[in-house]
Amino acid sequence: MSVKIYVPRDSAALAVGADEVAQAIEQQATARGIAIDLVRNSSRGLLWLEPLVEVAVGGQRLAYGPVTPEAVESLFEAGFLTGKTHPLAVGPIEAHPYLKNQERLTFVRAGITDPLSLEDYQAHEGFAGLRAALALSPADIVQQILDSGLRGRGGAGFPAGIKWKTVLQTNADQKYVVVNADEGDSGTFADRMVMEGDPFMLIEGMIIAGIAVGATRGYVYIRSEYPDAIFVMEEAVRRATTGGFLGKNILGSGKAFHIVIRKAAGSYVCGEETALLESLEGKRGIVRAKPPLPAIVGLFGKPTVINNVLTLAAAPYILSHGPKVYADFGMGRSRGTLPFQLAGNIRHGGLVEKAFGVTARQLIEDFGGGTESGRPLRAVQIGGPLGAYLPDSLLDTPMDYEALAAKGGVLGHGGLVVFDDTVDMAEQARYAMEFCAIESCGKCTPCRIGSTRGEEVIQHIQAKPAEAGAHAKLLRDLCSTMVNGSLCAMGSMTPYPVLSALDHFPEDFNLTAETHKAA
Amino acid sequence: MDNNYPLHDIDYGTPKSVSEKTVTLEIDGFEVTVPQGTSLMRAAVVAGTQIPKLCATDSLEPFGSCRLCLVEIEGRKGFPASCTTPAEAGMVVRTQTPHLAELRRGVMELYISDHPLDCLTCAANGDCELQDMAGVVGLRDVRYGYQGLNHLKDQADTSNPYFTYDPSKCIVCNRCVRACEETQGTFALTISGRGFESRVSASESQPFMDSECVSCGACVNVCPTATLMEKTVIEAGQPDHSVLTTCAYCGVGCGFKADMKGSEVVRMTPWKDGKANEGHACIKGRFAWGYATHKDRILKPMIRKHITDPWQEVSWETAINHAASEFRRIQAESGVDSIGGITSSRCTNEESYLVQKLVRAAFRNNNVDTCARVCHSPTGYGLGQTYGTSAGTQTFKSVEKPTSS
Repeated sequence: MSVKIYVPRDSAALAVGADEVAQAIEQQATARGIAIDLVRNSSRGLLWLEPLVEVAVGGQRLAYGPVTPEAVESLFEAGFLTGKTHPLAVGPIEAHPYLKNQERLTFVRAGITDPLSLEDYQAHEGFAGLRAALALSPADIVQQILDSGLRGRGGAGFPAGIKWKTVLQTNADQKYVVVNADEGDSGTFADRMVMEGDPFMLIEGMIIAGIAVGATRGYVYIRSEYPDAIFVMEEAVRRATTGGFLGKNILGSGKAFHIVIRKAAGSYVCGEETALLESLEGKRGIVRAKPPLPAIVGLFGKPTVINNVLTLAAAPYILSHGPKVYADFGMGRSRGTLPFQLAGNIRHGGLVEKAFGVTARQLIEDFGGGTESGRPLRAVQIGGPLGAYLPDSLLDTPMDYEALAAKGGVLGHGGLVVFDDTVDMAEQARYAMEFCAIESCGKCTPCRIGSTRGEEVIQHIQAKPAEAGAHAKLLRDLCSTMVNGSLCAMGSMTPYPVLSALDHFPEDFNLTAETHKAA
Repeated sequence: MDNNYPLHDIDYGTPKSVSEKTVTLEIDGFEVTVPQGTSLMRAAVVAGTQIPKLCATDSLEPFGSCRLCLVEIEGRKGFPASCTTPAEAGMVVRTQTPHLAELRRGVMELYISDHPLDCLTCAANGDCELQDMAGVVGLRDVRYGYQGLNHLKDQADTSNPYFTYDPSKCIVCNRCVRACEETQGTFALTISGRGFESRVSASESQPFMDSECVSCGACVNVCPTATLMEKTVIEAGQPDHSVLTTCAYCGVGCGFKADMKGSEVVRMTPWKDGKANEGHACIKGRFAWGYATHKDRILKPMIRKHITDPWQEVSWETAINHAASEFRRIQAESGVDSIGGITSSRCTNEESYLVQKLVRAAFRNNNVDTCARVCHSPTGYGLGQTYGTSAGTQTFKSVEKPTSS
């Protein structure tokens, strides 16, 4: 019997040479006349260990990493095929504290299965949620999503069930399900990992949403910088269609659902739902004013469920295990789990799925192992480039939409980017404005002109310490105009990183206690 | 003059909503009842107040980009734009609060930080909504200075014979782009670039004259600043009064405002309430009215006996008598059917009716037709089949919402 070896094909693994490692393993096996069964699984999210090679031995998976092509020969020599030890040996991967201490509901199959194997997927609870949904009325499916407490994982945290209910109750000859997979937040990669690592879960979630609201067509708008995700999703849609899970008659139910994969236009603001819809329609990606809500007038003017990848990916679990099991995780009004993504200056970067309520410190220290540089942590940006910077003193805040908001933070898409004490926070604030200036769609005035002026004002603060106080006041006024006046979150949230940097690190803005207070 | 008309119409900000259902709400303490679907901005005008605005105008769908029209609604978070928020029954809306005033000044400060300060010599001086709004919101200082990134040195495009495009004055309200799309349907304009680099672009950033622009002037009509400006106004200055008239170019009967300086036309702008054009125009009516004062224009009747003879100026009486007697002579020599009449497509229905009356009653034959037989035969056929007559006798509105009677 041949030995099963797993080498991830997730693009984070590919970026550090997973293909070369897989090739070296095959060469070594051939040269040694050993029969192996090489499976290209997905990453488990322990990114500092990639490429992480696993061998199935005695009913468990033993891991080695990070493996280089050069190290492959020594792995064979050491006898890794039978689980022998080696300097790169990680041990039984599922017992690794990084994984063992997580609560994986969405990433339950990540790294375990062959992402494109329908058999593998179904052997691991795949399509159980769809089968459960097919036995329910649309209103009952929506009720389950409502009961689960699932909130939009893209950043806004709007209750998914209410969105679905609105689409269900709006009459139209055609409705759509649109997946926002334009994952542009710095330090985030959970959507990509779902699409590359467990694409059928997303497809299943879309079909469930389609059946729930009466939509027969779905679009996945995938970030253009994600060629591997686009490839895997396209192939998964083909296989799911051949397998009878997509098409005119899903599993013989008489219900139809079709999925189209769309490559995004390379703009951050197209991750904003209405700009995304414009882009999907082939237009310039600019933000639409609301109302009307996309749930009523969405894609091509039709009622549309538009959800983040992680939101829809949670639906199969909720349907197969029941809403209560899902809602039992979490705290307050934040129910279930969130796949957190640890990035930046951190030793153990990767994906940590935990119930809401875990603190940033637990994520960064217990899972992340502190800074990569070993220097003291100074700030953490949570929730992407529009998220606030939290100083060390706020890291014990529970990761919960409301608790974080009370401290001036946002959870966003669950990304945490860590900075050590060498960071210049005025420079980070300037960068936030520059990012907005580069990515602004240019529609509303506060964002279009404000972001450029914001960068200039911060440059003044940096260059002219004597005038920092007056310019800090102007910066605050500008931020107020942007927060309250902008059309979408791009302009209204850019002040979050700027003001949090100014509030928590005034010394970086050439401000004294006195001038800081006056501003 | 009876036809005198206000130079500036009331701008309700968003198009009229047609609904049998009405909603009653409170705006700045005043109760107002409007058709369902009416924007807060329009409802405010109905209630007698004006909410500051730049990107909204009542000929275009709301867009929500300028952020001057933000209001406060009791029980709602934030500051919704009044142009994109529909009025709802029981709403309590405030259009003027200290916080709104601060916000509007903040937005205006940003606008003016990238706008030339040449109001006194600007062609739109006195007819500029940006200028009006700067006054309305009480902008007194631009703390950003004028040294930052700007478009002040952007070069004007004067390629179009009728209007100029000066990007240095553009506030990127998108009104022109939307007018090209919604009013004219040519889609010649778009915005190129993103963020601060956003600029109005004719076709693929081409000079207007080389673009797909058909010079209908809809964009010029809605531009709130001097960015798109009639060359005649640049030359003559702002009009002092306006006269309501009908376009003389063709038989459609478009209502126009002739914007005048004394007795000289400064510009022709389409009349919002014109039943055949509803505030829109074509290049001819909008811009090609040079004939009005052209030296070749014939102002007195002329006759000649033979094509080789020179024209002779005569009185109307002489001219009409000459024509009548010649018609009679030809009929006497060659028969009753030897003459007839063709009306021009520039004639109105009423003028065409009079010509057929002349032909039937005076010529005593049925030799009458219109040149639309040639160029508009499919239209005429369709109209005839649908309405029983091949003449366009209905307003657009009556076709949009037909009532059986």
